[in-house]
Amino acid sequence: MRENDVILQTVSKVAVFIVLTFGVYLFLAGHHHPGGGFIGGLMLSSAFVLLYLAFDVETVNKGLPFDYKKVAALGVLIATLTGTGSLVFDSSFLSQTFAYFNLPIFGKTELATVMLFESGVALGVIGVVVTIIISISEDV
Amino acid sequence: MNNVLVFPMIVPILAAMLLLFFRSNTAVQRWGSVGAMTVVFGTSVWILQQVMLHGILRLDFGEWLPPFGITFVADSFAMLLVTVSSLVTVLCLVYAAFAKDEKRESFFMYPFALLLAAGVNGSFLTGDLFNLFVCFEVMLLASYVLMTLGGEKKQLTEGIKYILINILSSWLFLLGIAYLYGTLGTLNMAHLSVRIAEAGQPPLLTTISMLFLVVFSLKAGLVLYFWLPGSYSTLPAAISALFAALLTKVGVYALFRTFTLLFYHEPSLTHKVIGYMAAATMIGGSIGALAHRDVRKIASYNVVIAIGFILVGLASFNIEAIQGSIYYLIHDILIKGLLFLLVGTIIHLTGKTRFDQESGLIANYPLFGWLFFIMILSLGGIPPFSGFAGKLFIGEGAIGAGHYGLTAIAFLSSLFVLYSLLRVFLIMFWGESSILSKNQIPLSKGMLAPLVALGIITTGLGLGMDYLSPYVSEAAHVLMNPDVYIEGALHNE
Repeated sequence: MRENDVILQTVSKVAVFIVLTFGVYLFLAGHHHPGGGFIGGLMLSSAFVLLYLAFDVETVNKGLPFDYKKVAALGVLIATLTGTGSLVFDSSFLSQTFAYFNLPIFGKTELATVMLFESGVALGVIGVVVTIIISISEDV
Repeated sequence: MNNVLVFPMIVPILAAMLLLFFRSNTAVQRWGSVGAMTVVFGTSVWILQQVMLHGILRLDFGEWLPPFGITFVADSFAMLLVTVSSLVTVLCLVYAAFAKDEKRESFFMYPFALLLAAGVNGSFLTGDLFNLFVCFEVMLLASYVLMTLGGEKKQLTEGIKYILINILSSWLFLLGIAYLYGTLGTLNMAHLSVRIAEAGQPPLLTTISMLFLVVFSLKAGLVLYFWLPGSYSTLPAAISALFAALLTKVGVYALFRTFTLLFYHEPSLTHKVIGYMAAATMIGGSIGALAHRDVRKIASYNVVIAIGFILVGLASFNIEAIQGSIYYLIHDILIKGLLFLLVGTIIHLTGKTRFDQESGLIANYPLFGWLFFIMILSLGGIPPFSGFAGKLFIGEGAIGAGHYGLTAIAFLSSLFVLYSLLRVFLIMFWGESSILSKNQIPLSKGMLAPLVALGIITTGLGLGMDYLSPYVSEAAHVLMNPDVYIEGALHNE
């Protein structure tokens, strides 16, 4: 294995947080600007992949004990259930709604049901990308 | 707003995702998937009744009205196919549950079979050309996994061919969609139909229609079937039955939709080409079915012949022929499921794939042997089984359209179908029994049950054609009168 990856590991520890923050930003920006669940999910999963590259699979799995196949399944489940959720309110499949709330810190904030759907998409993307990368790394 | 229309697609997806959480519990995997598809079957029967009562139903996703949003449109043609394919999926899953292929089951075989069913049902129901592409991809991605699941060497060599050819055809599909959007500025199928009719289908649009013909022919196995026999004959019984019953039929459905709803203004060119392609498919399929001694190859070439036969109806393009095609399509989904389950069971019981290596199976498995015989008769279109009505109407329609040569080839190909399988039956089932009864592998009742059910359905459908005929004539009426579809898919509500 690699003899000396101190530089990569040190940089990663900082970079991962920047990447994660940017991922969350992209995810939230998606409602009105470029971004959204898919792009945000890709960015978040790239942070995880960076961790797997810098450290080994066992160490990262100890810190993040998720079965990524189940993360992906949960994501798709959330996305489809939010779509069917509109059936409860007697409107068409995949309908969405939004409203403005006065939140303590953020002030007047727009909250949309699309957020829930997009969080499902993001989880799906994270689950699939990390599963693919981990299974490829097992083959090598 | 008819939210129930989305159930045939969304229920399998939800069930598949839930099953991913129960990987180690095979009982939940087996019966959960059977249960989900039974729900789908029940709902689609109900929707079919609603369509007959209230005409074409439509669901606008997210309340975006057509032609801007994506819609699901249920006419009786689509619903008949959804109903029959869900029924066959249930029976294939029951078979798989009793076949107990634990290696594949633990690697998510059932979730992917459900996703395949979701893609198939979505393709039948969608009213948007791009959404059709998406549903095709859902179906194809699931089929790639099922194709290579198990990782046998032969599966992987055939799987890579299968994936490459489908990626190529998907790319062409996307290209065709882009051309169509570039020229007409819409992708809603009903809206496309209106705009093509306004333009009178100039040569440019006819050229684009040829691109779609190539794409759907690749998926359906019309002339471009070279990938089909190899890939279908590497799969385990239940999955091969699912593939043979559903996948090519989605291509056939797409051909019918595009060439009755969109590109129907130049039948002297487009439908003539389809006629030649159907003839070439039946001839090639017949040669293949006779040339091989591997029962799985023979069964695969029978799929090809049937595709050619159904497309004779589209080439003739009159109401009788279209009715015949719908009858035959329904029959073919059922009977190809049965054929592949039977062939898979033979291989499971004997371990042999060539039909000249075994004989006298009917002494060991009498009920199974007679089921095989019923299946052959039904496949050959002998009354009173379900293949008869379709053959009759297609023949009538083709003669009415003046396609005498095509009719002759179609009925000769039926003889080849009969001959190719009777040969298997005579050698494998008749004659001296080559397995001692104490050595024979027992055929479990659970595996036999779906086979018997399919046998009963094909007989019942043949005898009870009268109950089916109002649905089929309604479906043919909508296909032959695009205005009815447009009214239902664009202007209703």
